[in-house]
Amino acid sequence: MTDLTKLTLAEARDGLAKGDYTSVELTEAHLKSMDAHRNLNAYITETPEKAMEMAKASDAKRAKGDAGKMEGLPIAVKDLFCTEGVQTTAASHILEGFKPEYESTVTSNLFGNGAVMLGKANLDEFAMGSSNTSSYYGNVVNPWKDKSGKDLVPGGSSGGSAAAVAADMALAATGTDTGGSIRQPASYCGIVGMKPTYGRCSRWGIVAFASSLDQAGPMTKTVRDAAIMLGSMAGHDAKDSTSAPIAVPDFEAALSGDIRGMKIGIPKEYRVDGMPEEISKLWDEGVAMLRDAGAEVVDVTLPHTKYALGTYYIVAPAEASSNLARYDGLRYGQRVMDEGDSLDDMYMKSRAAGFGKEVQRRIMIGTYVLSAGYYDAYYNKALKVRRRIYQDFEGAFGQVDAILTPTAPSAAFAIGENEGDPVKMYLNDVFTVPASLADRPLSRRTAAGSTADRQAV
Amino acid sequence: MTYILEGSTGPWEIVVGLEVHCQVISNSKLFSGASTKFGNEPNSNVSLVDAAMPGMLPVVNAECVRQAVKTGLGLKAKINKESVFARKNYFYADLPQGYQISQFDKPIVGEGTIILDMPDGSTKSVGIERLHLEQDAGKSMHDQDPKYSHIDLNRSGVALMEIVSMPDIRSPEEAGAYLTKLRAIVRYLGTCDGNMNEGSMRCDANVSVRRPGEGFGTRCEIKNVNSIRFVMQAIEIEAKRQIEVIEGGGTIDQETRLYDQRLGETRSMRSKEMAHDYRYFPDPDLLPLVFDDAFVSEIEKELPELPDEKKARFMRENGLSAYDAGVLVAEKEKADYYEVVAKGRDGKLAANWVITNLFGALNKAEVGIADSPVTAENLGKLIDLISDDTISGRIAKDVFEIMIETGGDPEKIVEEKGLKQITDTGAIETAIDEVIAANPDKVEEIKGGKEKMLGWFVGQVMKATGGKANPGMVNKLLRDKILG
Repeated sequence: MTDLTKLTLAEARDGLAKGDYTSVELTEAHLKSMDAHRNLNAYITETPEKAMEMAKASDAKRAKGDAGKMEGLPIAVKDLFCTEGVQTTAASHILEGFKPEYESTVTSNLFGNGAVMLGKANLDEFAMGSSNTSSYYGNVVNPWKDKSGKDLVPGGSSGGSAAAVAADMALAATGTDTGGSIRQPASYCGIVGMKPTYGRCSRWGIVAFASSLDQAGPMTKTVRDAAIMLGSMAGHDAKDSTSAPIAVPDFEAALSGDIRGMKIGIPKEYRVDGMPEEISKLWDEGVAMLRDAGAEVVDVTLPHTKYALGTYYIVAPAEASSNLARYDGLRYGQRVMDEGDSLDDMYMKSRAAGFGKEVQRRIMIGTYVLSAGYYDAYYNKALKVRRRIYQDFEGAFGQVDAILTPTAPSAAFAIGENEGDPVKMYLNDVFTVPASLADRPLSRRTAAGSTADRQAV
Repeated sequence: MTYILEGSTGPWEIVVGLEVHCQVISNSKLFSGASTKFGNEPNSNVSLVDAAMPGMLPVVNAECVRQAVKTGLGLKAKINKESVFARKNYFYADLPQGYQISQFDKPIVGEGTIILDMPDGSTKSVGIERLHLEQDAGKSMHDQDPKYSHIDLNRSGVALMEIVSMPDIRSPEEAGAYLTKLRAIVRYLGTCDGNMNEGSMRCDANVSVRRPGEGFGTRCEIKNVNSIRFVMQAIEIEAKRQIEVIEGGGTIDQETRLYDQRLGETRSMRSKEMAHDYRYFPDPDLLPLVFDDAFVSEIEKELPELPDEKKARFMRENGLSAYDAGVLVAEKEKADYYEVVAKGRDGKLAANWVITNLFGALNKAEVGIADSPVTAENLGKLIDLISDDTISGRIAKDVFEIMIETGGDPEKIVEEKGLKQITDTGAIETAIDEVIAANPDKVEEIKGGKEKMLGWFVGQVMKATGGKANPGMVNKLLRDKILG
């Protein structure tokens, strides 16, 4: 029998449909692979019993002729998605032991379509990081090594998801992307990562980092797999006011492979000084491939690119500082309190012990940029620049169908590298944050489109 | 009428602005589907959103938006078709999210006006600066356990309208009139029940003092006063404190103060330096709140007649004085009652009976209009009995007393007690003849020019008939008989 973990999502789907193997067999194979690769630390919580239950239920469902679009396909779920009855940590100590009583909309959609959950994938704490070294549950190791055999980071924040897919510990995984958290680890681990347009996937039940930027997306072995999986994740959700109220197209059917006549833009601002030779070479090769396939490659300009990173590191921490205020030790998660402590003592001790250094740093930055006297100089200015960046992209997309850029200014780096210098770490996001900042909700909410005033129960 | 406080160095004027929190009448909370019902078991009306569980998101309740717009229209205010929800960040145990979703620089309602009806019948207009929607916090209970505070999240997330006045108020009485009028308006509209003792309407007062005609002084904010009377007291006490400080050579520090009604003083709660930096910013979980003219005009169509319009109509159609009309429209139930009484009858007579007799009796019994033992229909019948000369005005007062006590039907009372007016000329003449015969000297006095004595005779005849004789007839017959 072939190694079932080497299959793509599409192949496994078709094989299941043909009856070549069952979901139980597929799931067992992946659970075995998880055992074999535990050294990579890709999962925070493995859920083998749940996986087998779901696989059995899926096979039974299929036998009744009732197969969903992801029927029987075992996947990893980034531990930022709340999963009912399964510990959800956001890779933070402060949420250790937290078992939600609810299922996030995205995982609910996936499971509704038949997907099987193998476990909760590791990530940077609260999705803050580009190397998956800020997880309270230990760093993730990239399945790929560098030429000298050194261990590399998988990227972040969806590093566990990327490593799990790259090491065949899951057919696919969910990720979330705020400033590159799907794209960069996908790039570092050699898989496909896609950040959908903001609003395409519901944020309901995903632990929030920066609400105006957070977006769930698929991390897969192939583009086709990404199309299949996104189709199952996406959709309008009345519980998320920023979710796009538009129909989900058949992404897989749109994969014609025909790009003849398409216009591809190359932004000159992305050719930064000191870009490693291998990156610019890869980029050039990509350009050549597209041209060979019949696309027209043109230069575009995104003039505010150089302000994007600074803007991102104001907007995202500002929102995070507020989003993370709810982790106060009161209702769930970790509480640290000594006899006779005041409420403020409890807040300080719980949050000091519960949050790691990077999370604390961003809460402080965010609090600072929103403070009286600094708000206009930082947060408000950042919002203005963000509008300019949006206009840059709007202008570019007036001329071209797509833009081709490198994902990160370097390839995966060694574990421990960049650790002492947060700014150097942030620079990793330089190519991914502009597109994130250029994203915004597709429609504005009207009062008429909101929930009904429900009757008291 | 200017309200002036005399200090030891001269006269002072007070400047007051009020911020009133009105709990919106809605079935569910501002951003969640949990019930808003008052008095349920602690923590029974709490959704995942209200408890700020990870990953939970707010979705605005359209009914609360409609209620805010309706209130804005009632305040003759500018409706902002685009407004923005912002987060007000601070830590407290009864604030699960660590921020309150409120509105900051783009409120749903802009400038408007409230017309105050003063006790002397005059009016004064006070500007409304804004109305915005926000979430209420939960409730901290510090007296349930010796070591711990208990938190009830039932109220957490319930919609509030914060209504901010301009600093146009110049006396405690005006502050009282403002709150009374605002409460009347939201009750007429059905957007807030206005019950200050249950906390569904709460008031913060900004108070400063100045020499008449000068610029504004430094203000202090008195937080969370829970009755109109206490607001009025707190303003006066705080103004006097400020005057004393300034006249003693001190300066007023901008700060938040608490009113202690037991001790009759205000106390510093936190200084400006200790004030929170709320770090307001647009809530990224919510899009700007946008609606069109059609949405507003739909609500406009539902608007009831408001106190000011009702007052003008009572004055115009029923010939009432501004004062009487103002008293009647102060509560919708009172106005409704009056309209039933006045329908098809003399509006002024009806107003007199409702205000002087009914409200007087209800006040004495400390009973609200809703619990009046006399129904509007019965009061109307009583007035009819007077108008068609079945009973005299004096007898009517006795009948009314019985109605207040028994709640009875005036027609039956008059029938049973035999109170019908005597309009039979013969019976009245007999009584007159008897009185004349008994007082020949007084008859001569009248004939000698002392016509005023006629009144005495009327009184005697009324007495002899047990008050039931028609006074007009008595008068006429007496005149005829004596003066011929």
